[in-house]
Amino acid sequence: MIQRIDYDAAGLISGLEVHQQLLTKEKTFCRCPAGLYVDSHDGEVLRHMRPTLSELGEYDGTALMEFKTKKEIIYLLNKSNVCTYEMDDTPPFLVNQDAIDVAIELCLMMNMDIIDEVQIARKQYLDGSIPTGFQRTAIIGVNGCLPFKGRRLTVTHVSVEEDSCREVMNKGHQIVFRTDRLGMPLTETVTGADLRTPEEVRDAILLCGLVARSTRHVRTGIGAARQDVNVSVRGGSRVEIKGVAKAAYAVKLVHNEGIRQVNLLRLRDLMHERGITKSDDIRKTAVDVGDIFADADLGFLQKTLGASGKVYAVKIEGAAGLASHPTQPDTTFLDELSGRVRVIACLDEQPILLSSERLPDFANVHRYRDRVRKRLKVADRDDFFIVWGPEADCLTAAEEIRLRFVDAAGGVPKETRKSLPGGYTTFERILPGPDRMYPDTDSPPTRVVPERVERLRKQLAPPPWEREKQYSEWGVPLETVHYLIRRGGVETVEEVVQKTGVDGRTAAVEIGQRLKALKRAGIPVERLRTEQWVQIFDLYTDGRIPREGIRAVASVMAREPGLTADAARAAAGIELKDASEWRPEIEGISFDGYVVHKGDSAARRFRYIAGKATRMLRGRAPARDVVSFLQEKLGVRS
Amino acid sequence: MTTPKDRSDMFQGYRGPARAMLEKFTIGVWSEVEIKNDAGSVFTGVILPRNETCDDLHVVIKLFTGYNVGLAVDRILDAREVGYRKAVYKIPEKEFPYDPKKKNVTLLGTGGTIASRLDYRTGAVIPAFTPGELYGAVPELADIANLTTRKLFGVFSENLGPENYKALAAAIGEEVEKGTDGIVIGHGTDTMHHTGAILSFMVQNSPVPIVLVGSQRSSDRPSSDAALNLMNSVRSAAECDIAEVMICMFGPTSDKYDLLHRGTRCRKMHSSYRSTFRTIGDMPLAMVHTTVNEKGSHFEYISHDYLPRDKTRKPVINTAFEEKVTIQYYYPNFNSDIIDALADKGYKGIVIAGTGLGHVNRPIFPALRKAIENGMTIVMTVQTLWGFAQMYVYDTGRDLLELGVVPLDNMLPEAAYMKLCWVLGQTSDRETIRKMMLTPINHEITPREPHMGYLIMQGGLPEVDEFICKHWK
Ligand SMILES: [Zn+2]
Repeated sequence: MIQRIDYDAAGLISGLEVHQQLLTKEKTFCRCPAGLYVDSHDGEVLRHMRPTLSELGEYDGTALMEFKTKKEIIYLLNKSNVCTYEMDDTPPFLVNQDAIDVAIELCLMMNMDIIDEVQIARKQYLDGSIPTGFQRTAIIGVNGCLPFKGRRLTVTHVSVEEDSCREVMNKGHQIVFRTDRLGMPLTETVTGADLRTPEEVRDAILLCGLVARSTRHVRTGIGAARQDVNVSVRGGSRVEIKGVAKAAYAVKLVHNEGIRQVNLLRLRDLMHERGITKSDDIRKTAVDVGDIFADADLGFLQKTLGASGKVYAVKIEGAAGLASHPTQPDTTFLDELSGRVRVIACLDEQPILLSSERLPDFANVHRYRDRVRKRLKVADRDDFFIVWGPEADCLTAAEEIRLRFVDAAGGVPKETRKSLPGGYTTFERILPGPDRMYPDTDSPPTRVVPERVERLRKQLAPPPWEREKQYSEWGVPLETVHYLIRRGGVETVEEVVQKTGVDGRTAAVEIGQRLKALKRAGIPVERLRTEQWVQIFDLYTDGRIPREGIRAVASVMAREPGLTADAARAAAGIELKDASEWRPEIEGISFDGYVVHKGDSAARRFRYIAGKATRMLRGRAPARDVVSFLQEKLGVRS
Repeated sequence: MTTPKDRSDMFQGYRGPARAMLEKFTIGVWSEVEIKNDAGSVFTGVILPRNETCDDLHVVIKLFTGYNVGLAVDRILDAREVGYRKAVYKIPEKEFPYDPKKKNVTLLGTGGTIASRLDYRTGAVIPAFTPGELYGAVPELADIANLTTRKLFGVFSENLGPENYKALAAAIGEEVEKGTDGIVIGHGTDTMHHTGAILSFMVQNSPVPIVLVGSQRSSDRPSSDAALNLMNSVRSAAECDIAEVMICMFGPTSDKYDLLHRGTRCRKMHSSYRSTFRTIGDMPLAMVHTTVNEKGSHFEYISHDYLPRDKTRKPVINTAFEEKVTIQYYYPNFNSDIIDALADKGYKGIVIAGTGLGHVNRPIFPALRKAIENGMTIVMTVQTLWGFAQMYVYDTGRDLLELGVVPLDNMLPEAAYMKLCWVLGQTSDRETIRKMMLTPINHEITPREPHMGYLIMQGGLPEVDEFICKHWK
């Protein structure tokens, strides 16, 4: 089993689809408030989804697959945040132009070509996550790029789309969704497959996040930005890893997917060596073996049989040993089989699927295995699997197991995989193709005139790379710049610098880094408006407060809204005195209370005495001046 | 591959500068193209037809990624055709299986959206119809009945008129004659209740169910109500015991069951909800489920007062129809000029949807008197939809009665309109008209209104909210 690969040798490539919620008052296609989440509901609707034809006349593969699962889909409604549009009982209203504006801003920041006439299309999703069965979506810009590690990361397109429901429960043939998030405006940013390592994927996600934040018109917080990562290796296929919540998670996910694909290609070669290359080469036999397992000491089988379910054995000819072929690290091909069975046949009773090689340890397990082998005439070159549940689902599962082996003979199937904790993924659905898209006949196109684009270009905030350059000239650490962009402090820093004449480094560090600490301490500093910051920095540049007083005044103002900076300064007891007034107080400062222990040193002793002095003079003398006075007095070199 | 010049439809919907651009680069609709614009962006995809209501400054491409974009033609620097692929939008057609043990149902097509495809020129939804297409789209139908289809016309429901009603009634007569076990009529929903009413008068004494069905979400959508409505309507035509003209549409907006409504007592009550059809002033006839109940039936009968299925019965078809009839919705400031104008134009009947118990204001009395004296029939219904016209309660009403206005009790305005057209198509004798209008043919007037015949629940009330939480919407 391999745990490491040389990404370059394996030909790993990756691209992103970044989904970012936009900060608008209303949803995309109705007038419901955006961003209002609830945990309760006051109505429920039950629906089913059927595949339909695309405009070019074919059923989409994913669509058909999802229909096989025949799910009962339940939507939870709350009148505070959904109307009859979300429940698909009212046609869409005209698309939210604020959302289009934000998307255009995002496009402009990424040097994109704005589409002249935006056309709304429908993208089918039969998983129930959208009650209409399709997501309304429209391309806003194409052909962009981002500066990335000294090269260009291409941005293929940016679209505006409506967000989907939140899944509450998914079991058997029933899936439950909450509709509050449904219809919120999102942008989808699609990059080229230009990324070559898991670390690059992580960094590109961070960059896309900074770009979005730089527009100032996107939502923040949990779930506001989500990314799908596309990965393939040479000879493999594009696999989409859905729902990567944090950039850091991408590293292991991409790595593991690379390994999975390399392993699946080896499995393909192994099957080809056995002469298995096409669908006809993979034959199955599915037989009801409920009688054999009637007295087996396995709880999940007894539960199924007790509920008049069935137990089926599925023989796959020529498949001996294949199920234990490695895929992701510490995972085998059996996991690929159980993923498909769980999703497509709706058999989700753990452990979902048993393989002949890995039957659980229960009384007389050998006897049961032999009986199944006899019943299905399982030869040494064959393998068998056990599934359980409603009969129709068992039969779907049997065929799905066969189909997964068929896919294996072709290498890596194109699919969407859900990310799990720990960097693993599990099957979600077959990767949909362009056939699932067709025009939205309910929505007229939106013409984007050049004047609108120019108006938005004029009010465009600086992109992150320009700020990075400016701030690094000020000597601000990169980490602080990124923090300020992500948390929305950059405008404040820039206005403070411009109005108070403070140096950029002090403003950025005090507002960015120090605030992080205050926030962690539970002080609501985010309440402070830019004007208040200007007042505080005015006090500093006027010499009324020392640098360490900035933080103290800010924290008072945050706790007590309504105070002016000067009142807060007074409340914090800060009143700078002339050195002649405070110097005498620390002339005779002593080492009383200093505890000598192992690490004793001159530097340590000085730190002790300096700390004691600054505490004594807090609010009356700048810490920096106190320290230099003591250094001079005690003859310590700075 | 054909050359673009051989294609007759290459500019569908394109005109002006957009068309000139297509001509310049010798490309057209369904061309697979590579287009470069002044920003250096390259778009590859298929040129789609243009909706004729859109401007002539853009060309629409379906990119190979599936998205559509509109490109300003004045920004296009270069375009070349790399292929040609005309869209064949077709529901997979499979032969509808025949099972001698199953009932035979005839589906009459009038248009509408029960099974459909998109038309790119207009953005409209076009019906798809043959049994093979229906089987391809809703294979479950084959488990219910044997299906034959007959396309009578393909018009949207707002365009249906007297000629269509007559053709429908005649076709029903023919299909009954051929021995069908039930009839389904695919119909757009907007005027389904009008058709339900007129067919109730034109086709009486039917031996088998006549079921109108449509969909509120077109069948080109995954969440469409079309498939369930179609299955339940075919089931009703094949097996339901009620041999009346009925409307079969969603009960709740959830995918749960359909309701069978009497053609004369039903109305579309929401512009877009799935559960838009409601029986007014009475209860629906039955619920239809796709699965069987404990008694082995797909039906829960709500009413027991109906005409039962009886294949020995002979239908009476009467397609009389007078077109010079109108509905006037009364409002304050309604001007008597309107009545005079209608009389001048030769109108023979007016259905008034009056206020309250069936009232109009006195200033229009002289116009009404004159019209009635000159032979016009004026009948009164209520714009409240629920409740009776009871014109003897107030002076205004009594005076209207005296003028000769005929109060139609609780007949719905649309049903009254259709009945008046039908009656006036047969007679101009005032007393006969009055008698025919007041003698119910199929519950268009009911003697009594049950208390649960009027239920408009008000959201926000604690008991209603509690009810809604416990039931599928
Ligand atoms: Zn809404």
